[in-house]
Amino acid sequence: LGLVLYTGSLCVVSGATFLYHDYCIIGAGPAGLQAAYFLQQAGRDYIVFERSHAPGSFFALYPRHRKLISINKQYTGKSNSEFNLRHDWNSLLSHDRRLLFRRYSRDFFPNADTMVRYLEDFASLLKLQVQYNTAIIHVTLEKNEQAWNGHYFLLTDQDKKNYKCSSLLVAAGTWVPNVVNFPGSEYVEGYETVSINPDDFTGQTVLILGRGNSAFETAENILGVTNFIHMVSRSRVRLSWATHYVGDLRAINNGLLDTYQLKSLDGLLEGDLEDLAIVKDKKGKLHITLRFYLENRNISAGIDSITLPQDELDNFATRAPYDRVIRCLGWKFDFSIYNRSLRMMPGKGNIKKYPQIKPSYESRGTRGLFVLGTASHSVDFRKSAGGFIHGFRYTTRAVHRLLENRHHGVPWPSTVYPITQLTNSIIKRVNEASGLYQMFSVLADIILLRENATAFEYMEEYPIGVLAELEMQTGRKACNGLFVIIMEYGRNFSGADKDVFYYNRAVGEAQHAWQSNFLHPVIYYYKRLPTEREMRLHHPDWPLPRPDAIHHIVEDFLTDWTAPNAHILPLRRFLENCLSTDLRNFFAESCFLFAFTHRKLPPSCQQGYMRMQGLVGSQELRHHAVQAGLLQDYTHTDFSDDRPPDSHDGSQEQLMRDHGIPVRPLQHLVNAKDE
Amino acid sequence: MSPQKARWDSSLVFLLFCACSIPKCGSASLQQEQSPQHYFSGLEAGKTSLAFFTPSVSAGTQPFLEQIESSAEALQDYGVSVVKVNCPKEDVSRYCGKENALRKAFLFRGNRLLREFPTDALFDVNSIVANVLFALLFNEVKYIETLADLENIENVLKGKSNMVFAYVPATGTAEHRAVMEAAFVYGTIHQFVLTTEAALLKATSHDDPDVSSAWLSFCHCQRASEPAQPCRRTALAQPLTLLNIHRHLKLMGAPLVTEVAEDPEKISTVHLQLGLPLVFILSQKETYEADRRTAEFVAWQLLGKAGVALLSRDLVDLNVLHRSNVALKTPDEGMPIQYLVLEDTDEIITLVEDKNKVKQIQEDEQEEEEDEDEKENNNQDIQDDQVVEAVSRDKKRELPLEQILVLTEENFHSSLSGAARTVVLFYASWEAVSLAVLRSYSEVAAHLKGTPGVLLSRVNCWDWPGLCSQENVTQFPTMRIYREGQQSVTYGGMWGTEELSSFILLSQVSCPLKLATMGEAEGYLRGDFPPELSSHHHPSLLGVFSTATNEAREAFEEAGNILSGHVRMGMYFEDDALALSQKYSVSPPALLLTRSGGRSVEGIALSKHSVQDMVQMIRYQLLDIFPEITVPNLPQYLQLGKPFLILFSAGDINQMESKEMLKLAKGRPHQTFVACWLNLKKTPVGHGILRTYFSTTPSLPVLLWVNLHAGGQVFKFPSEQSITEMNILSWLEKLQAGLEIPSSTLSEEDWKPPLPAYDFLQMMEPSMPELSPHPGDTPAQQPAQSPGGDTARGASATREEPSQESTAEEVGSSGRGLRGTAPRLAARDKQGKRHSEL
Repeated sequence: LGLVLYTGSLCVVSGATFLYHDYCIIGAGPAGLQAAYFLQQAGRDYIVFERSHAPGSFFALYPRHRKLISINKQYTGKSNSEFNLRHDWNSLLSHDRRLLFRRYSRDFFPNADTMVRYLEDFASLLKLQVQYNTAIIHVTLEKNEQAWNGHYFLLTDQDKKNYKCSSLLVAAGTWVPNVVNFPGSEYVEGYETVSINPDDFTGQTVLILGRGNSAFETAENILGVTNFIHMVSRSRVRLSWATHYVGDLRAINNGLLDTYQLKSLDGLLEGDLEDLAIVKDKKGKLHITLRFYLENRNISAGIDSITLPQDELDNFATRAPYDRVIRCLGWKFDFSIYNRSLRMMPGKGNIKKYPQIKPSYESRGTRGLFVLGTASHSVDFRKSAGGFIHGFRYTTRAVHRLLENRHHGVPWPSTVYPITQLTNSIIKRVNEASGLYQMFSVLADIILLRENATAFEYMEEYPIGVLAELEMQTGRKACNGLFVIIMEYGRNFSGADKDVFYYNRAVGEAQHAWQSNFLHPVIYYYKRLPTEREMRLHHPDWPLPRPDAIHHIVEDFLTDWTAPNAHILPLRRFLENCLSTDLRNFFAESCFLFAFTHRKLPPSCQQGYMRMQGLVGSQELRHHAVQAGLLQDYTHTDFSDDRPPDSHDGSQEQLMRDHGIPVRPLQHLVNAKDE
Repeated sequence: MSPQKARWDSSLVFLLFCACSIPKCGSASLQQEQSPQHYFSGLEAGKTSLAFFTPSVSAGTQPFLEQIESSAEALQDYGVSVVKVNCPKEDVSRYCGKENALRKAFLFRGNRLLREFPTDALFDVNSIVANVLFALLFNEVKYIETLADLENIENVLKGKSNMVFAYVPATGTAEHRAVMEAAFVYGTIHQFVLTTEAALLKATSHDDPDVSSAWLSFCHCQRASEPAQPCRRTALAQPLTLLNIHRHLKLMGAPLVTEVAEDPEKISTVHLQLGLPLVFILSQKETYEADRRTAEFVAWQLLGKAGVALLSRDLVDLNVLHRSNVALKTPDEGMPIQYLVLEDTDEIITLVEDKNKVKQIQEDEQEEEEDEDEKENNNQDIQDDQVVEAVSRDKKRELPLEQILVLTEENFHSSLSGAARTVVLFYASWEAVSLAVLRSYSEVAAHLKGTPGVLLSRVNCWDWPGLCSQENVTQFPTMRIYREGQQSVTYGGMWGTEELSSFILLSQVSCPLKLATMGEAEGYLRGDFPPELSSHHHPSLLGVFSTATNEAREAFEEAGNILSGHVRMGMYFEDDALALSQKYSVSPPALLLTRSGGRSVEGIALSKHSVQDMVQMIRYQLLDIFPEITVPNLPQYLQLGKPFLILFSAGDINQMESKEMLKLAKGRPHQTFVACWLNLKKTPVGHGILRTYFSTTPSLPVLLWVNLHAGGQVFKFPSEQSITEMNILSWLEKLQAGLEIPSSTLSEEDWKPPLPAYDFLQMMEPSMPELSPHPGDTPAQQPAQSPGGDTARGASATREEPSQESTAEEVGSSGRGLRGTAPRLAARDKQGKRHSEL
């Protein structure tokens, strides 16, 4: 059968032979394999091209010191598999429970070799279609009106073999090292090749260029054996626990910060690398000077003729000569293989290492080309986790869902519920959903209301950047208003220079929930879908345009948003007021009374009791409800007495009024986070 | 703000505007004059001003001066300007020179001094306004001290004009001010009389009045022609505020009885506008004179409480009962006019007064609630969901769940395959309804303990979301019975212990149960076969099929799958099926139905063969002819969509009534109503129903016709008649003919949110200017929602659009500083209310 398929998909265009697939994926790294998994599950025609002989070739080399900084939490105290993914940053999504990373490593920060092994298993156990040893060296377009996107993608590999695809998914990662050229940069060793044996650095003085995790990882490795390490970069150090961004400097690698601040010889410096110059003296020591001094001078004239900064400023910081200079400046996307017609352009500013894409992960230059994985991080650079496995496993799924709708008429998966389940469905998701949690403020759950708000449709993890195009992108209708559920950190809380430990940083009271600082659920209500224009014009600090109403569920120390009074009750009130209805639950007895005394019934009676699914409630529960004054007890009614027997007034009026025992929040306990 | 309140406000504004005919200026208007010479030379004849003199080098402003300054705006409404005159150092004239003159204020008209006020008479704005107006309205407001004075004035006024008599405990109070302000407007129409003498108040009043509070009554002297008779008085029942006085005088000024010849729905009078009901006396040509007298009598009784109109039935085509003689129109919008048959004028008065009382109570409660709001910010954070609250109050009790197997992702499938029949409750441990059902489920477990072949288990979907979604459980709770090798059955009934147990027990045998022998079939109908269900009293349904009726049999089997667990179903299709069916005089395909214990067997011919029809038919057949309505069974009868003829009984229904009702129900097999009864002992919530209908429990038993689906009227069978088929039928006929008046109508209220939500959008706006819509982005940018407000001051470090900020502040200048947090918002509302009152 395989043979038949093969010949069937062979086609000949202008002399060259093309192997055709609906979907081509470049790169069998985590993102490529994740995309392959979804395509395979959907029964699509796809192929993955991998230049190496095995998946995850990047992880076979990097990180050089082999320690992944993605956490692999074994225990959370919960068995909820979706919730546990919040704290498993390495696993890819699949139905196979063997493919959970915690089954591969017990280390909290696992070894990169484990990742390679994991990816190999992922590809083989799930029987993904990966063509190894195939490096795509050129991609171009062929116009064709029949094609899904008006053109086919033509791919050429290193052996000049050609492939043709309707849709191209680029999951090639960012693997081209960032290099800075300055006079003397030839003396600089790259992170890719520098020795990882600390013995090679014994008694040496080292300068590291760059200030990311790779720079600190390199420093950490040799911290104990060097004379001292200096680290130079243009930007100030950004600590991930202050920025809430996993791509910033993680605490696991920050030993050098310690020694710097404790004046143990190591140090950090700010400066533009473009202005630098390095000169080597006769002893082979490397001196730092400025490009400025070198202009109009001949380097080959020897070090003695070159001005060093300390000649003019005798306390110049990096006046001591270095034995080695190591470049740890990160990677960028390989733009070189794409034909100009694809218009794969680098982003602007600090996202120039990534190709320009839309919030739907589709290339800005070419329809039908989607960028997945690390290379797609421009959408949420320095914000969310879209550049990392635990983030892009969800954005890849979102792209797959967009494609299913666009090319196969499969609308975005959704579940329809009666309106009585509205509060529940939100509470369930904000408590367990991992995609919302990792891709906060990027992926959102969407609730589409049905006419008259008697039912709703729940869609998971839609990219909010393309909210305006929701109907077109998902095949669902949003004409009766919608809720958008996302997670947010407090505004102005995160940042490189922010004090994230200030006193009273945690909000405990539901009524001040909008001032919550830590990640918490936020629900936006729109009476109609925001337009493209509104999406374009909304304030950059806001993930979405101004809603008709907004609700914050107050941040929670345990990220457990199931407290009946602090979390669920305010949410219910918000939903009730948006929909202008009463979403309370009622015991069957109350519904019985309403059925005899009201022409209309509250939704919970209508959809439960009236369909013979009333909540009878046990004796104890009804007793509690009576004690709370929320249910009237008629059993002791004296027939001869006109007046109601007990202090509670008789009519159902009472029931509808809202008397309960106030539940006062235990102020000191709620706010005890910082004590 | 309620529409009627808005109406008051608008009429009040109108009143102030036209009566004073002084255009209102925007800003407070304290004038300053450099010297007395300056001041006196500038005085215009006929213009009134209140002046006070201060040395130019003043040793700090005295408190009373501050009060005078702040009363400037209020006085301006009455054409009085307040002037602060500076005394030059060397000035030794009359006003500046003397030390004690500096502690007084002087009221001038033109340059004539009307009155000087010692500072102790001007302690606050109220006293200043009251005293100044008191001085100005010297003629319009007579101050009296004795009863003789009052009678003299009364006698003078009789037949000419009316009098407003006010008592205030002291001058210079807020009440005094209100009276003076009213006099400013109405002083030319009515004679105002004021006293501070408690003795005088006591002498004019019949009962013992509270002399510590102010009092006002309207004396109808214009109508009193006989000198010997004192004028009729109508006291103001509300506290003395300008608004209340204004309202009272308006009501007194309205015609006593309005004659109308128009559709009452379209009528609007002063009373309705002021939020009071309007009583129509329905009149006919023949009885006009008597009706008119009645109307006037009633009108006097209801003066100030309701309006009275005389509606001539000859001129208006009314589509109401001919017997109706009174109609009541309430000011609440959307409330239909009530037509009544009343026998006594007292009934009208009680009716109106009760209505008002209810309203008063509601208003009081509202106020109370507002007060509570103020104290507690809001009771939004108090749980008002009876289920959630009950469950959280019960959370410390440990549930006896030992009998119930806990299933997980790991053991789910192995457990299911290990037992013939597994009951699984899918629930979420944080969800209140789930937890409530779990409690009933644990009772079921105790109940069914030891029943062979039944395994109860549960899955917490919060722990095992994958398992629940794999089993397609989207709602909590869901109960399902998994049977080996068969499709699972999802429970769709009431979540009560009894219902759940019955479902689980019934599910033990297959549905429908194939009966092999005639003996089994007979035993099945008697209820002693199969033995598992012999202790279980439930109607039994036996399908009898001949070999030729395959189609019907298949449909019956399919219906059995759907009704599995809810209905006890058997089927018999052996060769002698014909004999069995003939015994009950039906021919196959047919159903044999026994209700509780096989006392009688009904034979029902099967004519429809579609599954849906059969399910519907079976459900219908299982309904009782004259059921006792209970909480669990009501929905089944409501689904019929018919009105209820329901007998509320204190305990078990008495035999005679039962017989008559049954006769009534049986006599008409396809009738248009559901005849049923309710045992208040067993279903005590029935008391709640009766109280809603009649506000008290009427004498029992009581027979009601409740139009649950159309119209929502409730009719009460006359208690003096005995409940017999004949009486009921003739009553129903009258009822259908529209000759009866409903005792009550079901509320048509929508189920709105019980309380507001936290308005985070509004809270966020002040500190986040970027949140507000971009200028021009949305066409309707409301000034009230624009940024600005004191709370923002501290919080927002970055203010990006200062220009927009300042314009917004200008627009909403009066609301500034009050926006932001909930208590501040509440304060703003209060403030608003006060403004409208003054």
